[in-house]
Amino acid sequence: MVRNLLHKVKFYIQLIMTYQEKKSLVNLVSAILVSGIYYWYVFRDNPGADMNTDELLKFWGKTIIIGIPIAIIARIVIHIIFGISNTIITKENIPGTDERDKMIELKTKYVGQMVFGLSFVLAMVFLAMDKSVNLMFIAIIGGGIMSEVIENLLQLRYYRRGF
Amino acid sequence: MAKQTKHKISNNIRTLRFMKEEMTQQQLAELVGVTRQTIVAIEKGKYSPTLELAFRIANVFEVPLNEVFSYDDNKNS
Repeated sequence: MVRNLLHKVKFYIQLIMTYQEKKSLVNLVSAILVSGIYYWYVFRDNPGADMNTDELLKFWGKTIIIGIPIAIIARIVIHIIFGISNTIITKENIPGTDERDKMIELKTKYVGQMVFGLSFVLAMVFLAMDKSVNLMFIAIIGGGIMSEVIENLLQLRYYRRGF
Repeated sequence: MAKQTKHKISNNIRTLRFMKEEMTQQQLAELVGVTRQTIVAIEKGKYSPTLELAFRIANVFEVPLNEVFSYDDNKNS
């Protein structure tokens, strides 16, 4: 019965999505999940409430510096799990990248960089308007996450609909 | 008002595969060095290949490039 169910799942996954589409979806979910969990964990007790600007800068610096390796390791683990489970379920080899993949990556990276650039400009606007340092960092980090989300959504769209 | 030009590159890969001993998309993909999904996208007209890949596909079928791909230029005013 379990074998039959696995076979149905395998057939359904192969039918609705290619490996590249699944990879983009995993990237999308992991971008939201990893950042969401990490920043929720850091900010669950509102740690910057009674800090002055110098302390806030140090706090944000530490938060970002610690967040980078955590995000990298979490992503690697998620991709290993995805790769193994995909191979087990679909029994297909992981395909290499070709010119279409590179073209899609180039196009989506361009849009992602534009989104991040805009968020950086927004952060500078907050600084110029004498807003809180928190707002500047939220704009930069939010822009980073948003750029990744848009990048992966666009990748999904290009793989599904073509370009 | 400027004229808007719509281009469409169509292809006969499916027919050519069938004529070439019913070659599968996977076999063609391996011969030209891309993934099967790329061949699927080209056949469906969702992706226009680079000139190099277009020539490689034509070489597999041993036909000139214009027998594999054709370019329709519909000008709308």
